[in-house]
Amino acid sequence: MEALENLGVWGSILIAVVWSALPIVFILLYALVTLYAEMKIAAHIQDRLAYMRTGWHGTLQPFADILKLLQKEDTISSAADRKLFRLAPYVVFMGTYGAFSAIPFSSIYIGSNIDLGVFFIVAVSSLVVVGILMGGWASNNKWSIFGAMRSAAQMVSYEIPTALAILIAVMITGSLNLQDVTKFQEGGIHNWVVFGGPLPLTQKLLLIPFTLVTFIILFIASLAEVNRTPFDLPEAESELVQGFNTEYSGMRFAMFYLAEYANMFLVSAVTVALFLGGWTSPFGSFLSGPVWGLFWFIGKCLLLVFLQIWIRWTLPRLRVDQLMYTSWKVLTPFLFVCIFGVGLILVL
Amino acid sequence: MNGSKTLLTSYVSQPGEIKTSSGKTLRTDEMIINMGPQHPSTHGVLRLEIVVDGEIIVDVIPHIGYLHRCFEKHAEHMTNYQQVIPYADRMDYVAAMNMEQGYAVAMERMLKIEVPERVEYIRVIMAELQRIASHLVAVGTFGIDAGAFTPFLYAFHDRERILDLFEMTCGARLLYNYIWVGGLSHDLPPQFIDKAKEFCKYYRPRIKEFNDLLTYNEIFVKRTANVGVLPKDVAINYACSGPMLRASGVNWDLRRDDPYSVYDRFEWEPQVGKGEMGTVGDTWDRHIVRMREIEQSVNIIEQALAGIPEGNVQAAIPKRIRPERGEIYARTEAPRGEIGYYIVSDGSTTPFRVKARSPAFVNLSVLPEISRGAMLADLVLIAAGVDIVLGEVDR
Repeated sequence: MEALENLGVWGSILIAVVWSALPIVFILLYALVTLYAEMKIAAHIQDRLAYMRTGWHGTLQPFADILKLLQKEDTISSAADRKLFRLAPYVVFMGTYGAFSAIPFSSIYIGSNIDLGVFFIVAVSSLVVVGILMGGWASNNKWSIFGAMRSAAQMVSYEIPTALAILIAVMITGSLNLQDVTKFQEGGIHNWVVFGGPLPLTQKLLLIPFTLVTFIILFIASLAEVNRTPFDLPEAESELVQGFNTEYSGMRFAMFYLAEYANMFLVSAVTVALFLGGWTSPFGSFLSGPVWGLFWFIGKCLLLVFLQIWIRWTLPRLRVDQLMYTSWKVLTPFLFVCIFGVGLILVL
Repeated sequence: MNGSKTLLTSYVSQPGEIKTSSGKTLRTDEMIINMGPQHPSTHGVLRLEIVVDGEIIVDVIPHIGYLHRCFEKHAEHMTNYQQVIPYADRMDYVAAMNMEQGYAVAMERMLKIEVPERVEYIRVIMAELQRIASHLVAVGTFGIDAGAFTPFLYAFHDRERILDLFEMTCGARLLYNYIWVGGLSHDLPPQFIDKAKEFCKYYRPRIKEFNDLLTYNEIFVKRTANVGVLPKDVAINYACSGPMLRASGVNWDLRRDDPYSVYDRFEWEPQVGKGEMGTVGDTWDRHIVRMREIEQSVNIIEQALAGIPEGNVQAAIPKRIRPERGEIYARTEAPRGEIGYYIVSDGSTTPFRVKARSPAFVNLSVLPEISRGAMLADLVLIAAGVDIVLGEVDR
């Protein structure tokens, strides 16, 4: 790396490009794995086997799926707004990808170590709503508009509980920088924010109920943020055909799909960094270090992704009004109580 | 009122209308959307024209006929009364055995013949197995419409076992042509009784498992309770039948109230909706009535398997059936309700007229009535709760 830095401007540009391309490499690899894992997990939940023919236990199936999507005809309906229609999938993906730049994968790798990391992620990932609205509107299909409008209402409402839950973690850790937040939780599983953080014992014990509730609420809200069951109304297949992406086909559809999977990882990453100790090892200094950090971080995130998949293949879907009810009348008031409680305990 | 500040706007009961403080009525635009015939939740080729105000349904107009196959006209042009049976199969293709049985019962009453006891027992076993299979499709797809995919596969896993039993009996898995006028096409294969007993033993715990997974799921209950309430009087006025009627609290089951076959020999109870989670006659009630009927059917099958007599499976009827001039209306309890056949004979070997009163068609007519004011997402569930099979609606 130093050799590259000696090359001057070009060297640093090269480093920047490589540095910023790492997340996309990761997203693509992760999407392949999760695509396969989701189908397999779903199948085993449903008492069947899923892919068994393409490769060993169907391991080549994700590649086959991608090949199929690549060679699909890219149709745009004649009534669609062509420019917006083409742009929408990339806006959705950009929103997600942009947020990856502030995710601390390991103690030595973070795309951009900015002080307002958490804030940046919350802000940038809101772009996804714009993309979905764009896609739904440009499709000029009533079902798509339904999906897009639902999606906008849903994501905007669930940003409130998400932001409040993040706020609680920030109150405890005292920083918006995700690297600092993670370092704050170093030293083992008992130091994670979900278990009260590395605070004096009495404070910690008082905090645990609040942090546990907050963690669960953040997880629920994150399900809604990424349109997963039981909050998958924007793409509710039984009602809205396919929701906002009804009219999309081929690679444009695949972009939405990729963005959804990337988004699942993103919300898990935020939850992990804030509440589950980020890249720190659960065993204190045992098995810690930059590479182990990467392992722990991705491992914890995939665990949450697994939870999301598990929930998806078990629960039915909520109705629009029930969704709003959950956000405004259940999750938000609970979080206000938590904020008050945590604030009081921290002051004492 | 009483000098207190009037609210700027207040919602009145009709959706789409907002009254301002000066008494003017503002109307929002309604949207007409077309659900089906190609839509994942219309269970075939039903087309619903929906007038919506946002997500609230103002009106629903079902358009049918996409699967019309002239059953009644076909029946008049057969060379033989027996040849109608494969067509009856294709009406409610999810519950073909019950369709056959209805026709056979009607014809036997017309001919005034008694079928051997063994035939009656086998028919009861087949009809109840088919009822379970049909209800499994109903509750499984109901789960899908509620957004839960897994219960569907659970249901189909079990249905597959029933279809295996049918395949063992008559070689077909969907359209059997098994119950004939005056008897059956084949006797049971020797290992059938054991396999059927095995199925009953395997299946009982699965009902509980399914209920835990879907029926009593908090989200599912929230979605279905108090949705699409069909009051008793409306249900009777619209001539609803089957689980639809029973869920509204009317204890009416043709197997008991207009007896046919040997149902009076078994111990079982018709299930009615009790409104445990919400109001009597809501969508959840329709679901639970189906789940409980499945249990009752297992009871009947077990009793019938235990008491099945030996004997012939063909009554002594002539190869060419030539009934006297006259007419008959006979009704039996299919999984979706009352399947009635009105058959007119002119004394020849072909029926002069066959009219089928199909339960799903009649039940579907109540859909607009119970879905006004519900949300779009509810409509999907209400339609699934009615449990239509388009083959039977359109015939």
